[in-house]
Amino acid sequence: MNANVSSEVIAAVLILVGTIFSFLSAVGLIRLPDVYTRSHAASKSSTLGVLCTLLGALLYFWITDGYFSIRLILGIFFVFLTAPVAAHLICRAAYRSNVELAKESVQDDLKEVLKRD
Amino acid sequence: MKKPNDVILHSVTKAAVVIILTFSIDLFFAGHHDPGGGFIGGLGFASALTLLLLAFDIEWVRENIPIDFKVVTASGVLIAVLTGLGSVVFDAPFLSQTFDYFNLPIFGKTELATAVIFDFGVALAVIGTAVTIILSIAEDR
Repeated sequence: MNANVSSEVIAAVLILVGTIFSFLSAVGLIRLPDVYTRSHAASKSSTLGVLCTLLGALLYFWITDGYFSIRLILGIFFVFLTAPVAAHLICRAAYRSNVELAKESVQDDLKEVLKRD
Repeated sequence: MKKPNDVILHSVTKAAVVIILTFSIDLFFAGHHDPGGGFIGGLGFASALTLLLLAFDIEWVRENIPIDFKVVTASGVLIAVLTGLGSVVFDAPFLSQTFDYFNLPIFGKTELATAVIFDFGVALAVIGTAVTIILSIAEDR
């Protein structure tokens, strides 16, 4: 097994891991009870899935074609920067429009803080 | 309920706008040999301005970017027409484009094409049109 093939295996494994993480995040979107836990599943694991897939593509083109794509680096950084903020804004908009928590929830600190103001 | 504190959105917007502007300028200059060009570069630029408008308010953006975008549209169309007329001056048909290789100080041997100036006009027209549409819909007070 020469260096080229083993590096292709690394890229393939990264892309597979990214796909599995995206699939797990889709399962989490279906299975979890309320909007906050769904956002927890959708933001974290799908971000990691996209990052792994892009990193695999970056490694593949870097090693096989010798082409180092600065756009993929920029895309990785951009997704890493913006996806959690998008989830934060969606969750905050949901909380501020009085979306109920799941009935398993035991504690709601933000409600008391908002009531005090 | 008091006004929400947008500090996360504001600070991430400041970083993201730099990335989007860089990427749209890269798309604009990539247009000659790779996918990209004036239209998509201009749309990327306009989307960065839209992100600023979403995260901050219109008055803040107007103070910091004091540009009338209708003038941007008009100058873009003017530049595009003038590149067409420039080829008429050199006794070639309207909108003929040419290119040549130059030795620039930093970039080395670089291909400079007159199509880039036409593309710049297209980009300015797209930026001006998109931002004018968004601003005129947003201001209904």
